[in-house]
Formats: sequence, C-alpha cells, structure tokens
Amino acid sequence: MVNLTINGRHYSVDAEPDTPLLFVLRDTLGLTGTKYGCGIAQCGACTVHLDGQATRSCQVPLESVGNQTVTTIEAIEQDEVGRKVVEAWVALQVPQCGYCQSGQVMAATALLKQTPHPTEGDIVDAMTNLCRCGTYNAIAAAVRQAAA
Amino acid sequence: MIPLLRPAAPSRRRFLAGAGGALVLSALLPARSARAEAQGPAEGAGALAPKPGTRVAAFLEIHPDGTIRLLSPFVEGGQGIATGMAQIVGEELDVPPSRFVVECAPPGPDYAVVNGIRMTGGSFSTRSSYETMRRLGATARDLMIRAAAAKLKVQDGELTTRDGVVMHADSNRSLSYGDLAADALKLKPNESVPLRDPATFRYIRQPVPRLDVRDKSTGRAVYAIDQKVEGMLYAAVQHAPRLGTEPKGLANEAEVRAMPGVHSVHRLPGAVAVAADSWWRARKAVEALKVEWTAPKASGLDTVAADFSSEIMLAALKASTDPGQVAEEKGDVAAAFAKATKVVEADYEAPYLAHAQLEPPSAIARFDGNGTLDVWLPNQMPEVFQTVSAKVAGLQPAQVRIHSPMLGGFFGRHFFYEASNPFPQAILLAKATGRPVKVLWSREEEFARDAVRPLSFSRFRAALDPAGQPTALEVRTVGEGPIGRYFSMMMQTPVDPSAVEGIVEKPYAVPNRRMTFTKVAHPVNIAFWRSVGHSMNDAFYESFLDEVAQAGGQDPFALRMALLQGNARHRTLLSTVAEMSGGWQRGPYRGEGGMRARGLAMASPFGSETATIAEVSVEGGEARVHNLWIAFDPGSIVNPAIVKAQVESAAALGLSSVLFEQIVYRDGVRQSQNYDTYPVLRREHMPKVHVSIVESGAPMGGVGEPGLPGVPPAVLNAIAALTGQRVRALPVANTKLSSV
Ligand code: FES
Ligand code: FES
Repeated sequence: MVNLTINGRHYSVDAEPDTPLLFVLRDTLGLTGTKYGCGIAQCGACTVHLDGQATRSCQVPLESVGNQTVTTIEAIEQDEVGRKVVEAWVALQVPQCGYCQSGQVMAATALLKQTPHPTEGDIVDAMTNLCRCGTYNAIAAAVRQAAA
Repeated sequence: MIPLLRPAAPSRRRFLAGAGGALVLSALLPARSARAEAQGPAEGAGALAPKPGTRVAAFLEIHPDGTIRLLSPFVEGGQGIATGMAQIVGEELDVPPSRFVVECAPPGPDYAVVNGIRMTGGSFSTRSSYETMRRLGATARDLMIRAAAAKLKVQDGELTTRDGVVMHADSNRSLSYGDLAADALKLKPNESVPLRDPATFRYIRQPVPRLDVRDKSTGRAVYAIDQKVEGMLYAAVQHAPRLGTEPKGLANEAEVRAMPGVHSVHRLPGAVAVAADSWWRARKAVEALKVEWTAPKASGLDTVAADFSSEIMLAALKASTDPGQVAEEKGDVAAAFAKATKVVEADYEAPYLAHAQLEPPSAIARFDGNGTLDVWLPNQMPEVFQTVSAKVAGLQPAQVRIHSPMLGGFFGRHFFYEASNPFPQAILLAKATGRPVKVLWSREEEFARDAVRPLSFSRFRAALDPAGQPTALEVRTVGEGPIGRYFSMMMQTPVDPSAVEGIVEKPYAVPNRRMTFTKVAHPVNIAFWRSVGHSMNDAFYESFLDEVAQAGGQDPFALRMALLQGNARHRTLLSTVAEMSGGWQRGPYRGEGGMRARGLAMASPFGSETATIAEVSVEGGEARVHNLWIAFDPGSIVNPAIVKAQVESAAALGLSSVLFEQIVYRDGVRQSQNYDTYPVLRREHMPKVHVSIVESGAPMGGVGEPGLPGVPPAVLNAIAALTGQRVRALPVANTKLSSV
C-alpha cells in the first residue's frame, strides 16, 4: 500500500511501485481529467502539480511521489490562480478537441503561480505541451489574459 | 471528397453498382423498416420509414427545466459541430444554444442526413444538414405552438415564442416548451413549416460560445479513453511488427500469465493481447511476451513484405508505365507542347503521414445476457461500426448498440480501417473472457497501426508561350486514395477523386490540360487525413505553378491573377489575402532577425476557396514560418469564431505536415514509434495566423479541412523565393536549406 495526498484527500493505493502516477490517477482512482498521450514525456497531456511544480505524471513512478502533494485538473478551480486560468481559457475559447487542455491548464497555472507576469520567453519555455489541434496561439493569449 | 456526396442525392442503384466494401455498403443502406419498428411507435404516420432528419423525437428531448438534449447526427472532435447544431436548431426552435446539451446519436436511419448517409467527415456536416436541421427546429417549434394553442384554447396565429416559451400576448399567458413537450410530440408534425427570415437570426452567423469549452478546460470532458464499465478488464496489445503476419508461438506465456494482475493471454488476428485488472499491468505483461510471428513475404508490393520500404513504394509509383485514366481533359495538350517555346517539368512526392491525434484509440465491448452487445468507441460513422461489430460478434446489427463519445482529435483517424481500429479486438476479447473489456493502444501501438495518408507522387509538365504564359499543363498522378480503397462502390469512374483532388478542378484558365490517374495500390492501410488528397496535391500543383511563373519570368501573384481573368470569386480572395498581408511582396526583404520572403497559394477544397500567404525565414538550415495570412471563402457560415479557429487549426496541421511529418517504412516496419520519432508542430514553430472570412454567398462549403491545403504550397513557394531551393519532396525537414 502506498499513501498519496491528491487534491487534499488521502488515498491508499495498491499497485506496483513502478506504476506511473498517471495510471494510478486515471485507472485506480478514476481521476480521468489527467490524460495519457504518449507515456514518454513528449506531449504533456498528463501534467499534474507535485508540490506546485508542473510535472509529467507518466514519468513519475508511484514510489517516488512520497510526501509530495499532488494536484490534478479536477481541483484546479479550487486554486485562485487556477480559476483565473480556467476563466481565461473559457473567455478565449481555447480548446478544440480539448484532449491536451487539462495538461495545458495545469502547465499555465504552475507558470503563473511561479511567475505571475511572464514574458513571451517565459511562456515559450513553460508551455511546451503538444497540441495536435494547433491551439498554441490561443493558449498563449489566454496565459497573457490570466496574468493581466 | 466522396463523389456521391455532391449535392444530388445518390440513387440506390449507383450505390449498388461496382464491387467491394460490402460491409460498408450494407451499413450505409440500413434496413429502415425493421430499425424503425425496433424504436417503437413515434409521432404520426412518418414513424415507420422516417425521412432522415424529420422525426423530432429522434433528435430532441425537451426537459422541464428548459434544457434541451439534442441527439446530433455528428460526433464532436474539436470542430465545433455540437455548438453549430445547437445554433442551427436553436435558431428555428427559438431556444438559446447555451441551453442545449448535445450528444452523438446512436445508429439509426433518422440520422442519415448527409445526402442519405451518415458520417462526420469530408467537411460535410454543416453544409449537408443545414437546411434539414433548420427545418427540424422549425417543425419542433410549430409542434410547441400547436400544443400550446390546444391548451390555451386559442388560435396558433395568436401565439409567439421566445427563448423556449410560447406566449399569448392578449391574455398574458405563457407556457414553457418543457411543459408542452409531452403533448407536442403526440401531434402529427406539419410537413412544411416556414423557416425564419435570415435577417432576424439571433444565433446563426454569431460567434456563439462553444458548449464544450468549460468542460474541456477543467478535465470534465469525457472521451472514449476515460470510460469505464462495471466489471471490465483492461487489455493491452502487441501488434505484429509487419501488417499481415500472425502470432505463431509464445515462448514465455506461463511466465506472463503469472505476472501481477494478469487475467489471461490471447492471440488475435495480427496481434497478441493481455487482459488484466489494470491497463498498466496489461501493458507490462503484453510487452514482456516473447512472440514468434509468421514470416512475411520476402518482397513484392501485394503485402507488407520483409523488404518493403517507402523508398521501394515511391520507386514503384515513379516506374509505372500504365497510362491510367483521364481525370481531367481540355483542349489539345499535344499540339500546345509541340508549339511551346519552353517546357517545364517536375516530379513531386509526399510521404505517408500518421494522424497523431492526441487521444490514443480505445474501445470497450460488453456483451449483455440477452445476446446484445454494447461498444463504446471513437468513430466517425456509427452505422458502419455497428455493422462491423455485429459481424465480428456474430450478431445482427440491431443487436449492437454503438456509443460515440467525444473525440480527442480525429483528422480522419476514426473511419473503419480494418486492422487499424481496436474495437474488433475488444469484441473478441470480451467474447473470450466473458467480461467487458477495454482495449487501449499505447502510443507506440498506435504509431505502428494507424492507417496512413498515402505516400504520393505526381509528375508535372507545362508548355509556355513566348510571353511566358502557360498554354498547356499535363499531370500524371500515380498511387491510391482512400475512397478507392474503402468506398469504391461510390465511385462513378475508375479515377479515385481522393487521389487527384487538388490537381483537377483548379480555377486557372490554362487552355489545354490533361490530368491522368494511374492506380498503384499500397500494401499498407491507407487513410483519410485532414483534407485528404488536397493535403499533398495542392502543395504539388501550386508549387509547380510558381515554377511555371519563374520559367516564364512572371510574378506568381500576377500570373495567378492573369489565369483568373473574369473569375470574380477567386480574384477577390487573392486581393483580400494580399491586402491582409499589407500588399503582395515576394521578397526577399530584410525582416526582424534576417531575410524573409513570402509565398502564395490557392486551393478549392471541399466546396470552399482559400488564398494563403506564408512569410518564411531560414535559421540554421531550417524553415521558420512567421506569419500565415488566409482569406477563406466558404460561401456562408454559421459561427465565425468556430470558423476562424478551425482554419487556424487546419493551418497548423498543414504547416506541421509540410515542415516535419513523415512515416517512413524500412524493412516492412515503420520507423516512428512515438512523438519523439514523429515530430509534429510545437509551440516554437507556431506562426501568427491571420484569418479573414469572405462570405461570397456561394453555396455553403466545408470548414474543418479547407484551411489546410493552401499552407504547404505557400510555405514551399516562400522557401523558393528566399533560398532559390525548390523543395519537391516533402517534408521540408529532409532538405537542408541554404542560409541567406
Ligand atoms: S503522457 Fe506524459 S508527457 Fe505525454
Ligand atoms: S485541443 Fe486538441 S490536442 Fe489540443
């Protein structure tokens, strides 16, 4: 049994220690807002926060989570910055298919919590998740709006 | 595009002519009366053989709280069709689109609103169903008014509606649609209700917010991959390294069976599978399986042979001497070449492409005690998947329920492509285990089995007169398109329209033309891929046209204008895109950070028209695109915000394909396994995209795909203007560009 704190709740999980956090969230705990896209740290669809840091959960073995608190998209609106990010996403109608957008919102929230007024360079550096629907410009505009 | 989907409705006879695709065919011709019976009695006499798109109860559920559930004929995958349908129906029904909950309807003859068939593709949804769905909304509104008239004991004509309420102004009484729905649906619908005057539209042509955006921004949107049913097993697969080979022996089956959580190990057509209590455990186990596969043929192009490669395929296309079939012919090409002062020739080629939609494909199959089957799966054509599911399960189609969740991107990925879809595996595994089974393909298995945009080849020749004007154009296209592969029974000539679109039916007045198509089949699973034949053919044609301009000493913009003499629609688009970009200038010129140049291209995809300008620089041997200006004329529109977003999305995919993308086969095996070996457009390569909608009033065209085809050639033409290098083999990443 491994103990986890996710979105402020405590869970005990029975899974192999090398199981990626992504699949524990999705399949064991039913938190399916976090998405599987590539499994190899390429796409960022699986982005969650570990102690506030944007982290690709497909690369986080269960055994390495330890005491770090996990925040997923399901709780993002409970965070003040997260709520602003979501409102900007809605206002600017960012998503197309939407599949990458949980990860994009998580990455944007982590960026704005650390750097409330990011430069264009900060946005390029932090927002590296793939979007096959090509919503990159709308994403950048929404990050700017959420920071304003 | 699919030829039968041109405005004239297809005849049953034409469907039945030709051979092949029997499964697809039977799915497209649903047994109407039996199906309608199974759905029970509905409103009035039309119930037994519904004319698609007319039976209000099949589409609308009006709830007491004023919300409306709309069962849409179309699946939402980012193109905004759910919102568009709510706008169109809501406009006539007089209910704000924001009150709609839109879901993809189950299979059924009511939903065959795309000229008699059902599909989400070909950029067909809105333009094919616009009138039908308006009429449906208007018919439903009329039912509400009549039900209210009966209740209030007044004449229909004394009643008005507003936002889901019927009002009687004289007596100051009103009834909500929710209160009227039960009575209204018992009435016989009026055959011809008047439609709203477009001048009074409140929702159509407005940038109505999308219905799914909040859910998609908060992780609440549910895709196929997110679904779960009680008691299900998770399955992962390992496909044969080469399509067409089969599992022979499993060296370590007992060992794998003993791995944690493993339920069972299975052999499937062209694959092995492990079912387990979690997907991660299933995946680890299936990847640990040591499988011996049957041997492929040593060589040849009828199967994926041991030595099959993209290179061998391309060589076969180039080497074919079969004259093929005429796809377009005008004037006397031979005479024009005999008189030419100059002849320009060039070969163009494009690689296989993966869809690389971000949601990996999955499917859940569940047999119920009463001999029926439920399947949850991503799909663009529910009736076809129902028919195929039934065949795999040994059931009748009416015993199969298809659930079509929202798609995490599709771009043509979710048609039926035989071994390239996971749902037959889910059905076989559910049968074998006696449990519901969810099959999910890892990203690696998806790159291994996705059906691919065909590798393509065309040879161009142009004759020029002394003034540098093209007098003749000859194009020889060799290969295969997805319509010929999967829908050959719909083709009216041996020319596969999906192989030649973008090369034929161009608007330019070149007096003598001859385009041919020679079929050479691919041994791999080929696919529709956003904008299909246009995705490479417009790149070839428009790039070659710039070569012609150069050979004739003409400016590419001036040459196009000259070839469009008297063609107001296209000339307007060209002038619009030039104005948007601050006036046409080819360059090279000095821009921020170095030299830049611009390229121009036009395309006529899916009933719409585009003119595109790309601005490019070269950094470290690679192309950088800074701006794309796109003038887009789809005739008329429903939602300008969605149209602009779709054009930008299509442009991004076009740019991704021209710069980076390729599936390369070597020794019968694809060389890409994941996004690290199949690079797609990333943020740092995303240009500014400027879209201007021109509503010419021409018949409504498509929106989801047409933004794409102009982008690749505009980029190629800009690169040529900047570097003098004419890239004729895609993607551009395979060519080292010279610095300027
Ligand atoms: S799934 Fe983790 S980065 Fe793609
Ligand atoms: S919105 Fe579809 S992948 Fe980003």
